[in-house]
Amino acid sequence: MAIEKRVEGAPPGGGYALTTLEAMIAWGRKYSIYPFTFATACCGIEVMGAFGTHYDLSRFGAEVVRFSPRQADMLLVAGTINYKMAPVLLRIYEQMLEPKWVVAMGACAASGGFYNNYSVLQGIDKIIPVDVYIPGCPPNPEGIIDSVVAIQKILETGAPRAAERWPIKI
Amino acid sequence: MAGQTDSMVLNRLIEKFGDAVISTHSGFGDETALVRRERIVEICAFLRDDPDLLFDMAMDLTGVDYLGETPRFEVVYHLYSLAKKHRVRIKVRLHEEDPTIDSVIPVWVGMDWFEREAYDMYGIVFRNHPNLKRILLYEGFVGHPLRKDYPKAKRQPTVGPEE
Repeated sequence: MAIEKRVEGAPPGGGYALTTLEAMIAWGRKYSIYPFTFATACCGIEVMGAFGTHYDLSRFGAEVVRFSPRQADMLLVAGTINYKMAPVLLRIYEQMLEPKWVVAMGACAASGGFYNNYSVLQGIDKIIPVDVYIPGCPPNPEGIIDSVVAIQKILETGAPRAAERWPIKI
Repeated sequence: MAGQTDSMVLNRLIEKFGDAVISTHSGFGDETALVRRERIVEICAFLRDDPDLLFDMAMDLTGVDYLGETPRFEVVYHLYSLAKKHRVRIKVRLHEEDPTIDSVIPVWVGMDWFEREAYDMYGIVFRNHPNLKRILLYEGFVGHPLRKDYPKAKRQPTVGPEE
């Protein structure tokens, strides 16, 4: 909240506020996240609910869903990703412009879920960096709203994105 | 050679092929014949063309892995006759060292994808198949996952960062 603190400190009735360029850009990005939904399973239905009128994700500035990854900066992976689909997901991710954030929605995208079998990738973080994980099977729309808020927090605090710590060395 | 049964379909089959029919089972309209691998195409053509049988519809083809038994693999053909409204199930056992069988595409062209699926999941090779490659899995997949000795925790090579 760098910018608001400085506004508070401005003289009463003053016509200007001081901030840094980084904080200004982050403030702008915070309320203009363009999501790209990669929905493969029941999580996709919950995503529709989150964008609908009842939950209304536009309250958080993230309602302009893009139909091309080249115009999006938040990849919402909603559903099971199998080995056959892994190269497709990686290619989608690579086409997105920097800076970009990835949300692994639901148990399958986060860890493979209950699909401990020959075909399912055991979490998308095996192939791409993930910023926010949403637990649940499927998570409810509040979970998606929470993930957007979590990305806003990352922007606000200037915390490093997962891509900057990638690949994770243990 | 299997003995006479109360099923017309199985009796016709035994009558015609004799020793090629190893055993039969029938009950409640659930008729099954275990036959020899070498004569499968001949048997299928007979089942399709015989005026009493007319099995014109190939419903399904699957594989089975009886791990620990000899022979290990089995191919099961599920047939239906639209004209006669009867069904039959034909089974063939295959040895582990040589899991190959002749393709029945010359008899029912619709068996193409079923045979590819059995190849994909069990590694059963269908001779003379025009396009025998994986159908559900991708080309880089290692192994045949529905075999009972496929390790449950086995993971496939994938894209992404180097280990």
